[in-house]
Amino acid sequence: MLVRVTDLPLDVNEAISAVETPSAGAVNVFLGVVRDNNLGRRVGHLVYDAYPSMAERVMRELGEEAIEKFGILDYAIFHRTGKLAIGEASLLVTISSGHRGESFEAGHWLVNSIKKRVPVWKKEVWEDGEEWIEGPESLGIQQAPASMR
Amino acid sequence: MASGAGWSLTIRRMTVTILLFASLAEAAGTRRLELAAEPGDTVASVRDRVVSAHPQLARFVPTLMVAVDEVYATDDDPVPPGATVALIPPVSGG
Repeated sequence: MLVRVTDLPLDVNEAISAVETPSAGAVNVFLGVVRDNNLGRRVGHLVYDAYPSMAERVMRELGEEAIEKFGILDYAIFHRTGKLAIGEASLLVTISSGHRGESFEAGHWLVNSIKKRVPVWKKEVWEDGEEWIEGPESLGIQQAPASMR
Repeated sequence: MASGAGWSLTIRRMTVTILLFASLAEAAGTRRLELAAEPGDTVASVRDRVVSAHPQLARFVPTLMVAVDEVYATDDDPVPPGATVALIPPVSGG
């Protein structure tokens, strides 16, 4: 049950250790990573802003909801802020569960919910401009065209 | 000492703190505003006073969410003196 908003690089091993427990048969690890393109544009880097105290509160609420909904054993959710280069991890979610099924389902639900609820924002910085992105990207499917955003 | 603490409490109870993020912070040129609290303040009344003082924020209102003391709120929810009101554009973390 560890949540954190930080401007430091995310530590995967710490997030795994945080959810390890003897009754777990699965630990699922998700990393959201900065991609070099979005909607056909080349992205130079991203800048993340957050409301850290509320973000951590909402992350905790979602984690507790995942425990109730899916019966997972434990979770850790880290989100990074500040300037992130291509390939760096912005979001890290680890989940432990008795069997693999719950952790996969809970992971998918949790990441989607984080992107919809947690007060964090990304700004795309291109060679020739920048823009704050408003609203979660299309969730787990092909990107929507710009006209639908 | 005690009177000093009393003063800061009195001042805090008279105001509402507004937090701005991302696109709104850039448009307003600040991340934090203080408003005088009015009797009967709601999310909508506080938001309207912020927009009156900073008209460049008006275009964000249609998609804005608001949190009062870190909990998402709706237009009619009360804003007590001393509250922190966050104006939250559509989130895009992950």
